[in-house]
Amino acid sequence: MSQRYLLKNAQLPNGALTDVLIVDGVIDSVAVNIATNDAEVFDVTDSVVLPGLVDLHTHLRQPGREDAETVDSGSRAGAKGGFTALSAMANTSPVADNAGVVEQVFRLGQEAGLLDVFPIGAVTRGLAGQELSEIGAMADSIARVRVFSDDGNCVFDPLVMRRALEYVKKFDGVISQHAQEPRLTIGSQMNEGNVSSILGLKGWPAIAEEAIIARDVLLVDHVQSRLHIAHVTTAGGVEIIRWAKARGINVTAEVTPHHLLLTDELARSYDPVFKVNPPLRSEKDVMALREALADGTIDIVATDHAPHTMESKECEWSEASFGMIGLETALSVVQKAMIDTGIMSWEQVADRLSTAPARIAGYEYQGKNLAVGSRANLTVINPKKTWIVDRDLVTSKSRNTPFHGYELPGVITHTFFNGVPTLLNGVINQANGKK
Amino acid sequence: MRHLLSIADLSKTEAISILDTAVELARISDGTVKKLPTLRGRTIVNLFAEDSTRTRISFEAAAKRLSADVINFSAKGSSLSKGESLKDTALTLQAMGADAVVIRHGASGAPQRLADSEWMQGSVINAGDGTHEHPSQALLDAFTIRKHLGKGAPDLHGIKVAIVGDVLHSRVARSNVLLLNLLGAKVTLVAPPTLLPVGVDSWPVNISYNFDEVVASVDVVMMLRVQQERMTDLFFPNAREYSRYFGLNADRLSTMSPTSIVMHPGPMNRGLEISADVADSARSVIVEQVANGVSVRMAILYVLLAGQPLEVGGK
Amino acid sequence: MSSALSAPEIARALIRISHEILEANPDSSKITLLGIPTRGAHLAHRIGVHMREFAGHEIAVGTLDITMHRDDLRMRPPRPIMPTSIPHQGVEGREVILIDDVLFSGRTIRSALDALGEIGRPRRVQLAVLVDRGHRELPIRADFVGKNIPTSITQSVKLHLTEIDSVDEVMLEDQR
Repeated sequence: MSQRYLLKNAQLPNGALTDVLIVDGVIDSVAVNIATNDAEVFDVTDSVVLPGLVDLHTHLRQPGREDAETVDSGSRAGAKGGFTALSAMANTSPVADNAGVVEQVFRLGQEAGLLDVFPIGAVTRGLAGQELSEIGAMADSIARVRVFSDDGNCVFDPLVMRRALEYVKKFDGVISQHAQEPRLTIGSQMNEGNVSSILGLKGWPAIAEEAIIARDVLLVDHVQSRLHIAHVTTAGGVEIIRWAKARGINVTAEVTPHHLLLTDELARSYDPVFKVNPPLRSEKDVMALREALADGTIDIVATDHAPHTMESKECEWSEASFGMIGLETALSVVQKAMIDTGIMSWEQVADRLSTAPARIAGYEYQGKNLAVGSRANLTVINPKKTWIVDRDLVTSKSRNTPFHGYELPGVITHTFFNGVPTLLNGVINQANGKK
Repeated sequence: MRHLLSIADLSKTEAISILDTAVELARISDGTVKKLPTLRGRTIVNLFAEDSTRTRISFEAAAKRLSADVINFSAKGSSLSKGESLKDTALTLQAMGADAVVIRHGASGAPQRLADSEWMQGSVINAGDGTHEHPSQALLDAFTIRKHLGKGAPDLHGIKVAIVGDVLHSRVARSNVLLLNLLGAKVTLVAPPTLLPVGVDSWPVNISYNFDEVVASVDVVMMLRVQQERMTDLFFPNAREYSRYFGLNADRLSTMSPTSIVMHPGPMNRGLEISADVADSARSVIVEQVANGVSVRMAILYVLLAGQPLEVGGK
Repeated sequence: MSSALSAPEIARALIRISHEILEANPDSSKITLLGIPTRGAHLAHRIGVHMREFAGHEIAVGTLDITMHRDDLRMRPPRPIMPTSIPHQGVEGREVILIDDVLFSGRTIRSALDALGEIGRPRRVQLAVLVDRGHRELPIRADFVGKNIPTSITQSVKLHLTEIDSVDEVMLEDQR
């Protein structure tokens, strides 16, 4: 007996109202009034059906910091947030700078079974920025790594960056750069500006990000490879990327949900839940990022989901770790910042959170935009409903969400991964996962 | 008012009332009365995660003159130096029944973290946090200025103050800018551009890179301590050059108005930001600042603690 | 709200108290009047003027703030501290007359005695009040009383003085 699911009265990203029939993991048909008598039926009236969300920037903390998150708990948080693919950043312990670690993470993802977990490989050994990691071996491993990043650290040495960009051309890989000039950010705590001047917290200048973006778009142009800029946060960075794209330079860029909504004003509380790398910026930057995401200068939204244990955040600001969790709030925050403000359409959301990231990373069965015959990876969100974020109720193992207490629009009710529901009426469905 | 974390939390009325209270307390202390029973039975903890003998002693004297029980908890030799978290320290203080914590901490915002947390219930008094604020210092500075130049007015309206030196790393400067502005004084910051924070243009101050253009026209020159290690961090070429452009020496003093005063929060680097003859001159009120510190801190403790209800069930 | 003492009655009471103080303390040069702020301080000043007239020489008059000695500090919001000014003769060996407006529980006077004790050791301390309304909570009595006004515990007694309130009168008010 085949597995059949029917989504009734769904709204497609383009606004069309339709039914979606999933048969044996594949989108069987997308049509009005599909009649079937042996499918499990979900009435999704008022909801939008999106291609399953693809995150290009996730910290799953395994191996090494399983007290903060595991591949399994992160997968659950992802399914809860409508994701069908995550990209596990390399800054684990040990670092994902060899085939062994990336294969371990890849297998853990398969065991969890709730979504695709694609490991990202480190650019340099131990993220130290000096010698290249085993990039080829990771690319050839069962994890088939295509995205490489030292995220958390900047690949600062221009020669190392040049070689990495050149080397990944061999298999059409991409380097995701954490743009942070290290000398200009020694001890930096928050965006450098009016607020930091008052709070007496060491400033993190926008230029520290922009200088690296400028250098690297020139480098990638020179060596004709592929560059991705992780978490762009400044209006100036946007301008450089816009200029580079106009010149035809092969660069893509991401923005996080939190940088689309939050500003450095929040640091006034000295609550380290708002401490993040790169830091929250000014209102002007937030507006520039929204505009850039809408006009395609910034290609995608990526969460930079960064779980931390309580003790890393229950302390003085300067002692606290950088980072926020974001998988479960990402789509709602994007709706609030981009849809409800009238800047972007659901079609664009489908592109920025699914199709484009899948294309950049080369994730074959993801981001297929509900095409008939493609694997049924999709997300159902009711944009008319709202919910209140409660850090004590998150699915992630960590509770460092900056949105605690926020009322956000958009309730994700269902997530389908390869045709199987991983989220059913808002509840994780582990049927396909760990036995 | 439950805590004193930042001058920004004070209204003008509250600030003036602290200064007025300090005036009366100073008069009482000047007389034969050394000790008042006001805070008998209250426990005040001096939590000093960073060395600062003068501020700690000043708060300790203030608390003792109000008959409070004082517990000193300093960095050296305590669990603070052994990596105990702020949270655990706070829980300990709560268990000890501290009515107020006077906290000096190297991290900006640590007092606010303590006050906002549910870890402890007592009053939190910021005795200097990182490069953020030092509100009691600003209050004692305003007290000293008002005493000398206030002409009986409750505030500091129209008084011109130059704050000179390492504004970037100075919590004293941040608190003073806020309080002097609140009380109607006109503040000019004088510093090399490297030692002014990005964003300073949003502050309610004038800015000058030229001490000589400012020194003659102000009523108060407030010098900030400059640490030698700023030199290695490239903030200025060397001590000699800093001293030449931004130090207060006898030549600059001679151009100041005859009624003007010279202040310094201490500890001083004699010969760097201030020359010895200026520090010891008749124009200098630096020693008096220290004495005023006790009265002002008594006033702060009184205002924060006197009105607090007893906890039900007692301690 | 009703008037318990009129302006002329207050004036007469203060004159009488002035005479009584002088009678009870034959060596008037040893007298120091200390008024308890705010209204007791004004009363002390007025009594001092009368006594100077009757005695024919200056009478030492000062103020004694008791705020920091109160035993109810925790129960009320912090109050502003009022000036204490001790006449140059000091209090050591003097006949100190504490002066307050209304004597009620006696706690204010206890605080005043504490405050006074911090300053020095008078030869004797006496108490003058304009109104004694009863309801003592401490073993304290006044040596000189303008008028005894029996009250209910729920009533309040307010003295208004021209120096502050632009009229002289004692008002009796029901609290509920």
